[in-house]
Amino acid sequence: MSEFSLWDIVYNLLLAARWTVLLSLTAFVLGGLVGLLLLMVRTAGNPWVIRLVRGYVELFQGTPLLMQLFIVFFGLPLIGLDVSPWVAATLGLTLFTSAFLTEIWRGCVESIGKGQWEASASLGMNFTQQMRYIVLPQALRIAIPPTVGFSVQVVKGTAVASIIGFVELTKAGTMITNATYEPFTVYGCVAVMYFLICYPLSLFARHLEGKFRHVAR
Amino acid sequence: MSLVELHAIHKSFGELEVLKGIDLSIDEGQVIALIGKSGSGKSTLLRTINGLEVIDDGVIIVDGKKISDRDADLLGLRLQVGMVFQQFNLFPHYTALENVMLSPQVVKKQSKAEAKQIAEEMLAKVGLADKMMHYPDQLSGGQQQRVAIARALAMKPKVLLCDEVTSALDPELVNEVLAVVRQLAEEGMTLVMVTHEMRFAREVCDKLVFMHQGRIHETGDPEEVFSNPKTPELSSFVGGLA
Repeated sequence: MSEFSLWDIVYNLLLAARWTVLLSLTAFVLGGLVGLLLLMVRTAGNPWVIRLVRGYVELFQGTPLLMQLFIVFFGLPLIGLDVSPWVAATLGLTLFTSAFLTEIWRGCVESIGKGQWEASASLGMNFTQQMRYIVLPQALRIAIPPTVGFSVQVVKGTAVASIIGFVELTKAGTMITNATYEPFTVYGCVAVMYFLICYPLSLFARHLEGKFRHVAR
Repeated sequence: MSLVELHAIHKSFGELEVLKGIDLSIDEGQVIALIGKSGSGKSTLLRTINGLEVIDDGVIIVDGKKISDRDADLLGLRLQVGMVFQQFNLFPHYTALENVMLSPQVVKKQSKAEAKQIAEEMLAKVGLADKMMHYPDQLSGGQQQRVAIARALAMKPKVLLCDEVTSALDPELVNEVLAVVRQLAEEGMTLVMVTHEMRFAREVCDKLVFMHQGRIHETGDPEEVFSNPKTPELSSFVGGLA
């Protein structure tokens, strides 16, 4: 049996951590785009669309992420779509992220007073112009801190992708443990790496919160 | 033909009927004050004139064009009818100048230079040439309201609606806003205002409309209406103010 140095462990975990970062980024960007789309149709929409979006949000907020990934990973093959763990994980996390971001952003948009909508309407702006020039610029400032804060949840959520066989940081940790029989060392390193990714994000979110708290403009 | 004509306007909020058949015509250059107790429907009536409240029944004709609640109609209507609100509703993330420039640029597709020129002109008109680069939170209430007036004027509306434009102001700031409104009236702007400033209404307006329980209860020349109210409701309303 070969010996593993600490460096071997860390090096291999770092290689896998790239996938954690990539999966997080992809899920966050795609989820953000889907979330923005849902936000727009929800804000403009008729009562049925609103109900549909609300149902979507509640479905994803009310079930464990693990189940969502299982359903994507095992469900899509049933309708003839064979998906790789990477695709399943990306899809699952994107849906999950979009549901939460829509909800976070909805709160931000709703915090923009009725007076802003009425004033811009009285100046002849249509819905798109109101959103673009009046509501979103103000809502975005409010939304930045909780959005960055939520990105931490996405990073930690990627760990669940290990269950469907996607080799990211947690899965790599399991595999290395199976080879080294040093679970404490390995998972300790895994935890430190998650922390090193998430902590700066948390700090950044807190910094933004302070920065935007009093600023209306 | 009048600039704005309202025929048999009905509006309910749920069970509550706020406007019970309003007929009103507003001529070009006329300055009209809507007065009445709170809940009499005067603000709602004002807001129907630019489509912020959609009417349940009746006809609104602005500048010869009948308005329905179709989006395109509403946007067209709002180009003719400007509005100033009690709470100013300036856009807090833009400077005074940007607040005034935005709509001419975005809605009327004017060039930036053109919009800027008009905005500067309007801000000078309301006496804020030196505050153009200030953000709303750096301005007093009276200054904010004057920016809001300039913002509405920059769209070159045919009618300007004023919804209790001094009610949210500290007493010492009321006059600077009223002075601007008075100046507009003197320049021949068509104005419809909901106001509690009775003395101002009496001095500036051509016509007074007293609303009571969702109807126009009494209307006429301000002097006449104030000094010689014909109905007990108006009489008690005017008396209650003195």
